[in-house]
Amino acid sequence: MAKVTMTVNGKTRTAEAEGRTLLVEWLREGLRLTGTHVGCDTSQCGACVVHVDGEAVKACTALAQELDGAEVTTIEGMANADGSLGVVQQAFQDYHGLQCGFCTPGMVMSAAALLKENPKPTEAEVRHYLEGNICRCTGYHNIVKAVMAASGQDVAPVAAE
Amino acid sequence: MPKDTGIGASPKRREDVRFLTGKGRYTDDINVAGQAHVAFLRSDVAHGTINGIDTSAAEAMEGVVRVFTAKDFEGVGGIPCGWQITDRQGNPMQEPKHPVLAEGKVRHVGDPIAAVVAESAAIARDACEAIEVDISDLPAVIDMKKALADGAPKVHDDLTSNLCYDWGFVEENREAVDKAIAEAAHVTTLELVNNRLVANPMEPRVAVGDYAAHDDSSTLYTTSQNPHVIRLLMGAFVLGIPEHKLRVVAPDVGGGFGTKIFHYAEEAFCTFAAKACERPVKWTASRSEAFMSDAHGRDHVTKIELALDADNNFTAIRTETHANMGAYLSTFAPSVPTWLHGTLMAGNYKTPLIYVNVKAVFTNTVPVDAYRGAGRPEATFQLERVIDKAARELGVDPVDLRRQNFVTEFPYATPVAVEYDTGDYGATMDRLLEMIDRDGFEARRKESESRGKLRGLGLNCYIEACGIAPSSLVGQLGARAGLYESATVRVNATGGLVVMTGSHSHGQGHETSFAQVVADMIGIDENQVEIVHGDTANTPMGMGTYGSRSLAVGGSAMVRATEKIIAKAKKIAAHIMEAAEGDIELKDGQFTVAGTDKSMAWGDVTLAAYVPHNYPLEEIEPGLEETAFYDPNNFTYPAGAYACEVEVDPETGRVEVLSFAAADDFGNVVNPMIVEGQVHGGLAQGIGQALFENCAYDEEGQLLSASYMDYSMPRSSDLPMFQVDHSCQTPCTHNPLGVKGCGEAGAIGSPPAIVNGVIDALASAGHDVGHIDMPLTPAKVWAAMQG
Ligand code: FES
Ligand code: FES
Repeated sequence: MAKVTMTVNGKTRTAEAEGRTLLVEWLREGLRLTGTHVGCDTSQCGACVVHVDGEAVKACTALAQELDGAEVTTIEGMANADGSLGVVQQAFQDYHGLQCGFCTPGMVMSAAALLKENPKPTEAEVRHYLEGNICRCTGYHNIVKAVMAASGQDVAPVAAE
Repeated sequence: MPKDTGIGASPKRREDVRFLTGKGRYTDDINVAGQAHVAFLRSDVAHGTINGIDTSAAEAMEGVVRVFTAKDFEGVGGIPCGWQITDRQGNPMQEPKHPVLAEGKVRHVGDPIAAVVAESAAIARDACEAIEVDISDLPAVIDMKKALADGAPKVHDDLTSNLCYDWGFVEENREAVDKAIAEAAHVTTLELVNNRLVANPMEPRVAVGDYAAHDDSSTLYTTSQNPHVIRLLMGAFVLGIPEHKLRVVAPDVGGGFGTKIFHYAEEAFCTFAAKACERPVKWTASRSEAFMSDAHGRDHVTKIELALDADNNFTAIRTETHANMGAYLSTFAPSVPTWLHGTLMAGNYKTPLIYVNVKAVFTNTVPVDAYRGAGRPEATFQLERVIDKAARELGVDPVDLRRQNFVTEFPYATPVAVEYDTGDYGATMDRLLEMIDRDGFEARRKESESRGKLRGLGLNCYIEACGIAPSSLVGQLGARAGLYESATVRVNATGGLVVMTGSHSHGQGHETSFAQVVADMIGIDENQVEIVHGDTANTPMGMGTYGSRSLAVGGSAMVRATEKIIAKAKKIAAHIMEAAEGDIELKDGQFTVAGTDKSMAWGDVTLAAYVPHNYPLEEIEPGLEETAFYDPNNFTYPAGAYACEVEVDPETGRVEVLSFAAADDFGNVVNPMIVEGQVHGGLAQGIGQALFENCAYDEEGQLLSASYMDYSMPRSSDLPMFQVDHSCQTPCTHNPLGVKGCGEAGAIGSPPAIVNGVIDALASAGHDVGHIDMPLTPAKVWAAMQG
């Protein structure tokens, strides 16, 4: 066991970690930030995506001890300062980009990372970027719409209906 | 003008805010003070005799609380099956015991042998590895037909064979069907596999057991679609805990798709172990564990014959299906290939004679049970594939052949025991054809050809049956449960209300859509209505959510309870306004006396109910709270027509879905946004089944697809934008909302469209392949093209 300290959602946070403790376990169990989810054990579902030093990272692939001193943003840190939903979060609600909500934190974190890299992605670019995030509920249709809308694009033409 | 409130509007979902900010409360987010953690040691062989289990090394490990094996469960019941099928001879199905932990034998990879309770999940897992199990391998039966062969190894030594039941439906039709097929002008025959799937809700299963010594009560937090059903099954049949000493909570649940209906051994284990260890215990499945312990879906092998007369009218259908039950009977497994499949074999067509034979088979695989659609996708797939094949053989247009045979008059009694109350299959087909520009297809095909690709157009119809009911009928059919739903509406003194529903939401958005209905009935703001679900402590006994039943059955119960509320509130208003009860009207949250300017606000009447100073006390009680149980008198029958265009790369066999259009008739629609979302998700799962997903075992019973490395889930880049339409609406005639259910349609209707489309694409290049079994992987499609 060792004490690990990171800046999480802008606050300095410290919790114990074993050598084998994953970042996602450290967040969920150490800090009780349970918005970050675990959907698989082979790093393929993306339910656990957070931002580490500004990059989207699957939190089940990183060891907590190795990230001592890192800056981490989780879904709990994505709302605006006044508590209202952030742009990507709001677009997910507006366009019904979530159903059960389990993949949603990872989706939002991935989508936010995409929009930072590529502020006006095409439908194909959104679909390609989100390949690492599995959603079993939505069929992705409304997620793609939400992400494009969050980028300020008119989504009427991409939605075939 | 779309409405922005009430029934028919699409308000934003209220549950989204917590999900989008990380404040959802899923079972794994629940930690009870002092909890220990559970890990299961699971069999790594498909079939074997347990000679001995040595737990001493595990027990000696630091941090281990206790190790459990089957001997700790002596006297505890097995996991029960909720549906008994009667076979062709009138005998009950063979029903083996399903112990909480394996007794004497292991029967599938993943069968739990022992469980460790420890201070942490990591210690529990480590300790499992320290348990020594002496198992003698036995030959495994995996293939269903081999499992039925004489002398096949038996999954359950105390049963006469691996045959669970041999079911015929409708047995009295059998001879007439045989005769019609023998005399038909044309018979199209198709043999096909409905591939085994894993439901894969993104949230793996979790169970947290807690025991309170002070009042001898147990609480189970679990990822369930129906907490009351779990409470009844586990309490009464497994652990012997009366319901008033057992609370089951299913909080936010991250998707279900059927696989979270069933009562699982891990739930019983955690409830039992919490008491035995005198501390809360928690188990969280890994995804790998989910693959080998969540009930699987589908896995039918079918031969279907469709007979037509010289004018291409369907005259008879005969099917023979082998349905895999896996190693044990999961909660509703026996009903899926029978009452949820045989009764749908008429589809949208007026075929006068139908006979369905189903042999359910035990194998050394994970139990198989309902998965989104449950029986209805299997029925739809074989029927819509065989019709397409018939059209091809006869050289007729597949749309014309379907239209010619559509049921057009309602109510319609099928030869497979159900009565469609309403529908308009021609209208959904018309709507579909408007959506897909069929006339432009040849030009699009040429354009694909110019790029070296083969383009196909696949289409089909589907019908489904939702809200399985009534209880009196399903009881005759072998259900050991009722299939009503419940709701309690509690109005507070200041006019807000809480609806406690027996339905459960795990993605369907009931907190929003149910509130729309009640708010609309009273004429108040939706934000004055709170929907509570998922906790047996504060909801009336209800059957939960599956089979697209929530709005049709649970919503109807809620409507009935709200009607009682309104009736009582009118009595109160009449008394206070000194008017006849029959003259009171309720509109936009105001009670008025007809023909006068007297009125009272909703909130004033509700206050009077709780501050009954001026109140008809001799006539009615104070308070405003009503409960209703609704038992429908029939299923509902949503139906529709689906089409897709696919492109096949002849070099590789890879299939791309270019477009998918769905024209559905769901009856009345409460929240179009949610309904469309349900269809999108269903389509993705159906396309997943058709192209990607397959749960595979090798001959020894090793599970080959045990993670997302090997089980191919549809991803964002695999799917197109969908065109969905629900403007054809023939309201259900027997429930108060006129709704039919929309949760499973997409998964039921889409697999045949995809396969029909690929067959069409290959045919355009002269490959007359008849059929390819799902999933249509590049290797299979390529091989089919090579002849
Ligand atoms: S939990 Fe990290 S990718 Fe699945
Ligand atoms: S919303 Fe349920 S998995 Fe994406």
